[in-house]
Amino acid sequence: MSSSQAYELPRWMDLGLLPVLNLGMALAVSALVVAFTGQDPAQALSLLLRGAFGSAMGLSYTLYYATTFVFTGLAVAVAYHAGLFNIGGEGQAMLGGIGTSLVALWLGDHYPAWVVLPAMIVAAMLFGMLWAAVPAVLQAWRGSHVVITTIMFNFLASTLLSYLLVEVLKEPGNMTVESRAFGPAALMPGVHEVLATIGIEWPRSPLNLSVLLAIAAAVVVYFWLWRSTSGYAVRTVGFAPGAAQYAGIRPSRQVIVAMCASGALAGLLGINELAGVQGRLLLDYVVGAGFAGIAVSLIGRNHPVGVVLAALLFGALYQGGAELSFEMPGVSRDMVFTLQGLIVLFCGALGQAAAPTLARAWARWSQAKDAKEAERG
Amino acid sequence: MDEIALGTLIASTLRVATPLILCALAATLSERAGVIDLGLEGKMLATAFAAGSAAALTGSLPLAFLIAILVGIALSMLHGYACVSHRGDQVVAGMAITMTCAGLTVVLGIAWFHLGGQTPALPDELRLSRWFGGPGGETPMLGLLGHNGLVYLALLLVPAIVWLLDHTRFGLRLQATGENPAMVDAAGVSVLALRYQALALNGVLCALAGAYLVLAQSPSFVPNMTAGRGYMAMAAMIFGHWRPLGALGACLLFGFLDALAIRLQGTPLPGIGAVPVQAIQALPYAMTVVLLAGFIGRARAPKALGQPYVKER
Amino acid sequence: MSAPAVVSTVPASAVAMTRICKRFGALRANDEVDLHVARGSIHGIVGENGAGKSTLMSILYGFYQADSGEIEVEGQPARIRNAHDAIALGIGMVHQHFMLVETFTALDNVLLGAEPNWRLGPARQRVRRELEALMRDTGLQLNLDAVVETLPVGERQRLEILKALYRGARILILDEPTAVLTPAETDTLFVTLRQLRERGSTVLLITHKLKEIAALCDRVTVMRAGRVVLDTRTADTTIDGLAEAMVGRRVQLGRREGAAAPADATPLLSAQNLSWRDDQGVMRLNEVSLALRPGEIVGIAGVSGNGQSELLDVLAGLAAPASGSLQLGDQRFEPSRWLTPARARRLRLAHVPEDRHRRGLVLPFGAWESAVLGYHRLVRYARRGFARRGAMHDDTAKMMADYDVRPRAPGLRSAKFSGGNQQKLVLAREALHQPKVLLVGQPTRGVDIGAIEFIHGRLRAMRDAGGAVLVVSSELDEILALSDRVIVMNAGRIAGELPIDACSESALGCLMAGVQPQ
Repeated sequence: MSSSQAYELPRWMDLGLLPVLNLGMALAVSALVVAFTGQDPAQALSLLLRGAFGSAMGLSYTLYYATTFVFTGLAVAVAYHAGLFNIGGEGQAMLGGIGTSLVALWLGDHYPAWVVLPAMIVAAMLFGMLWAAVPAVLQAWRGSHVVITTIMFNFLASTLLSYLLVEVLKEPGNMTVESRAFGPAALMPGVHEVLATIGIEWPRSPLNLSVLLAIAAAVVVYFWLWRSTSGYAVRTVGFAPGAAQYAGIRPSRQVIVAMCASGALAGLLGINELAGVQGRLLLDYVVGAGFAGIAVSLIGRNHPVGVVLAALLFGALYQGGAELSFEMPGVSRDMVFTLQGLIVLFCGALGQAAAPTLARAWARWSQAKDAKEAERG
Repeated sequence: MDEIALGTLIASTLRVATPLILCALAATLSERAGVIDLGLEGKMLATAFAAGSAAALTGSLPLAFLIAILVGIALSMLHGYACVSHRGDQVVAGMAITMTCAGLTVVLGIAWFHLGGQTPALPDELRLSRWFGGPGGETPMLGLLGHNGLVYLALLLVPAIVWLLDHTRFGLRLQATGENPAMVDAAGVSVLALRYQALALNGVLCALAGAYLVLAQSPSFVPNMTAGRGYMAMAAMIFGHWRPLGALGACLLFGFLDALAIRLQGTPLPGIGAVPVQAIQALPYAMTVVLLAGFIGRARAPKALGQPYVKER
Repeated sequence: MSAPAVVSTVPASAVAMTRICKRFGALRANDEVDLHVARGSIHGIVGENGAGKSTLMSILYGFYQADSGEIEVEGQPARIRNAHDAIALGIGMVHQHFMLVETFTALDNVLLGAEPNWRLGPARQRVRRELEALMRDTGLQLNLDAVVETLPVGERQRLEILKALYRGARILILDEPTAVLTPAETDTLFVTLRQLRERGSTVLLITHKLKEIAALCDRVTVMRAGRVVLDTRTADTTIDGLAEAMVGRRVQLGRREGAAAPADATPLLSAQNLSWRDDQGVMRLNEVSLALRPGEIVGIAGVSGNGQSELLDVLAGLAAPASGSLQLGDQRFEPSRWLTPARARRLRLAHVPEDRHRRGLVLPFGAWESAVLGYHRLVRYARRGFARRGAMHDDTAKMMADYDVRPRAPGLRSAKFSGGNQQKLVLAREALHQPKVLLVGQPTRGVDIGAIEFIHGRLRAMRDAGGAVLVVSSELDEILALSDRVIVMNAGRIAGELPIDACSESALGCLMAGVQPQ
C-alpha cells in the first residue's frame, strides 16, 4: 500500500505550465544572483533583450549562436528519445570540427565550393558520429555505461584536437595554435553576403548559411523520429525496452543508431563555427556548446520544435549577455552560464519536483469548480 | 634517472594527486551509497572559490577552511535534495551543479573582487606551508616529505575511509544502501538518512580538495581552475573499483602520468621516439574506458547505483 | 501421511486472527478470515493464486492493515502497523525474493540493522558467537564467512531463516519456500523446520504444494477466493480432499461446442523437451513438450510461478532455451539458432503478452502507434522506411470497431484506455494479421466482466477458424471455460494433461499441487 498518492497532471500542465514554471524558477534565482551582486535585474533583462533582438546585428548574432545550440540541442534530444543521456556533445562537436577542417584543408584549395562544402558537411557528421558510436558500441557489446564513457571521450577529444593542432596542422611561423586558413571554397557563405546578392543590406556578422542547415536538421529529426519506421523503433526502445524486445526490435541496435545520429548532429557544429565563422581549425570553438545543448533540450522538452525555440532563447541569452557585459560591467557571460546550470537544475533534476503540488492544487480547483457547477445546475 | 629528477617526480605526483584523492574518496562514499556524483567538478570549483574569497576577506586560514566545508556540504545537500528526496535524475543533477558553479564562481568573483573572476592572490601566511624542506624535491626523500599538511591528510584519509567502510556500523549500512536499499529499509534503517550522511561526508572531502587548490597549489582562484580534475577523480574511482585503496592507487598513477608528461616533453623514449604530451594527458581517460569495456578486469559498480529508492509499500 | 500429533490438550495459541477483512477496491482479498495457529506447530496455509493467503500473511507481518478484525499474538492483542512491530512481537518472515546483499558475507547480512556495537570488530565477534549457538540449537548449518553471491539458493534461504531467528522470531512465516529449491534442498529445509518445531518455534507455511502439507504440517487451512474453506488437522484429511477444497466446486465448465480438433492433424507448433535455467541457476522449464493442433484451444493451468511465463517466452521467441527444439510449421529451431519475435510473426505466430503495460503496449504512444507494435515493418505500414500513418490510423479504427474498444479514438494515448480496452486492443492487433498460432498470457487479468466475455468469444472464434490457441491463465475458471484440453504445469514440468471432459476438480487440484490424481 503505497503512501504516495498517484497524481495525474493534465497534459497541458505537464507540457506547458510545468516547464514554464521551472524556467521561471531558474530565472528568479538568476535575478536574485544579479541583485546580490549589486546590479538591477530588471535593467539587466531589458538590456539583454535589446542586445539580442534590438538591432539587425544583434539579431544576426542571436541566430548564429542559436544555430550552434540547435545542433547540440538536437543531439541531446535524439539520444533522449532512445532513453539515453548524451553528455558527450562537447567531444562529438570537436570531432565534427576536426572532420570539417581535414576535408577543408585537403580539398578546399583545389575544388569548387559545391563539391567541398557538402563534403565538409558529410565529414562533420561522420566524425561526430564515430565519436558517439564507440561509446554506444561499448555499451551494447561490453556493458560499459554510456554516461561515463562519453565523459571520458570528451577529454580524449580535446587531447586529440590539441595534438592535431600543435603537432600536425599548425601553421609554421604562426604563434597562435591554429591551422592555416581554409581556401575560399571551404567557407560557408555569410548571410550578409547572400542577402547582398539580392540587393538587401545586412550588417556583417558571423551568421551564415549553417542556419539553414540547422533548420533542415530539425525538420529531418522530426520526420525521422515521428514519421519513419526507424524512428518508431528508437522511440519504442526509449519508452519501453520490454515492449521493444517483444516487438522484435533490438534495444542495443537502436541505442547505437540513436547515438550515431546524436553524434552526427553535434558534429555539425563544426560547420557553423569553423566553415562559417573562423575559417580555420582552432582549439576552443566548442567551449561549452555541448553542455548548453543539454539545457536547450531540457527546456525544449526534447522535441525539435521545442529545441529550436529554446535554442533561440539561449542564442538571445548569449548575445544579450555579451552586450550586457559592456553596459553593466558587473554582469558578464558567466551569468548566462550560471543561468544555464540553473535551468538544467530546475528543468532537469528538479523538473518534477513541483508536479505533486501542482497536481494537488489542480485537483482541489477542479473539485471546487465541479461542486460550483453542481450547485448551479 | 638522477636524484633530483626522481625527487621532482615524486613531489609532483603527490601534488597533483592530492585533490584527486580527496575527490575520488568523496565520489566513492557517494557512489557506494548508491548516488552518482557528477557534481565533483562544480563542488571543487565552488569550494576553491569559497576558500580563496574567505581567506582574502577574513584573513583567517581556519575560517577559510570552515567556509569551504560549509559550501561543500550545502552543495551536496542540494544534490541530495534533488536526487534522494525528489528522486531526480542523478546524472542531470550533478551536471546542473557543475554548470551552475562554474558560472556562479566567476560572477561572484567579478562582483566582489573586480579581478576578472580571480580572487586576490593570498600572501604566504594565509596559505598552507610545507612541513619540511625547500621548493620540494631536491632528493627523493624530500620529494616525499616536503609537502603541506593537506597532502598528508589526504593520504591519511584513505585508510580512515577504509576503516569507516569496513569496520564501522555506518560503513556497513552505507555499503548495503548502494547494493540493496530495500533490504536496508526492511531492516529498519533509513535509506534517505544514510544517503544524506554519505553526501555530507562527500561535501566535506570535496571542500578539502577545493581548498587545496587555492590554499596550497596556486595563490588564488582562477576561473575554471579545476580543468576537468573532478572527472578525472571519477575515472580514478572507477579505475579503483569503487574502493578507497584502489582509488588511491589510480590517483597516484594519474598524478604520476601528469608529472611524466611535463618531464617527457621533447625527450625521445627508446624505441618509440618522442611521445606527444597529449598522448600522456589522454592516458588516464583512455585507461578508464578500457577498464569500463572490461578489457582489463571487470569493474563492478554498486548494484543500486543511480536508482532512486522508492519504498515498495 | 502421518505428522506428529500436537501433544498438549490445551495448545497455547501462537497466532489468533479473527474475522479479518481486507478489500482492495472492489476485490475482497480477505473475507471474515479466522486463523488459529498453535504454538510449537507447523501450520500450512494453502490456496491458489488470489486465494488471499499472501494478503493474510502480509497483514500479520505488518505490510497491510486489515479493514476489520482482530489479531492476537501469543495470547495478547496486537496492533501490527509495520514490519518492525511484527518483529518486535517475535514474528519473522522469509520472502520468496530474498533480501540479501550479495557482496556481503552471510554474517554481515545477519548483522545489518542489528549491530550490537558501532565498531564492527567486536560486533561481528559477538554476533558470530550468538549465531553459532543458534545454529547448534536449531541444526541449521551455514558458512558464516561465505559471500552470499557464492551461496546456492538453498543456503541463502537458510540464511534468511537465520536472520529472522536472530532477531528473535518465535513465529516464522515462510512464503512458498520450496519454489526455488531442488528436491535435496527441500528435504534439508524440512529437517530444519522440524527441528525448529522441536525447540518450540511456530512455523506458518504458505504453499500450494499439497505434498509438503502432508509431509510437514500439523494443521492446514485452505483458502479460496478470500475465505477459509477448510481448517483441520492434516491427520484428519486426505490430499484429494485438500485438492478439492483448494479448487472448489465448478457448477458449469462452460465449454461451448466448437469444431473438435482431429487428433491426427499435423501440429502447427510442436515443442520438444524445452529446458531453461534462470540467472540464479534455478531450472524453470524442465523437459517440457507440447503440440498445438489446428482448431483447438489448449489451456495451461497451474499456480503461477511454475514455468508458465517462461514457457510463453520461449515459444514466442523472447528467450532461447538451454536445450530442446521447436517445430513451427515447416521450420525447425534449435537453441543455437532460436526463434525471434520478428521471425515468429512472419511464421504467423502471434503473442499476447502477460504484461500488457510493460510489453504489450507502449503506454506513452497513441493507440495507433501501439496498434502496430511488432508489425511496424510490414509493407502495409511502411513504405521505403516511412511510416504510412494513414494506413496505421485506418487499421486502428478497424481494430477498435471490431473489438469494441472504447473510446474509439486512435489518437488517444494508450495509457488512457481502461484495462479491458487495452487488452482488447492488443488482442485485436494480434488477430488482425490472422495468425495460425496464438499464444495468450493472462487474457483477462485486470479486465472488466463485459470485456472478459468478449475476449473469450474472440478466442473461440479463432479456434473455430482453424487456428491454435495456447492460453496461460492463473484463473482456473478461465482455463476450464475456454480449453479443449488442459495441461497442468508444476515446478517447470508438465504434471499432466487432461481432455476437458476429464477435468474434475480433484484431478486438476492434485496435478496443480504436484501430486498424481488417485
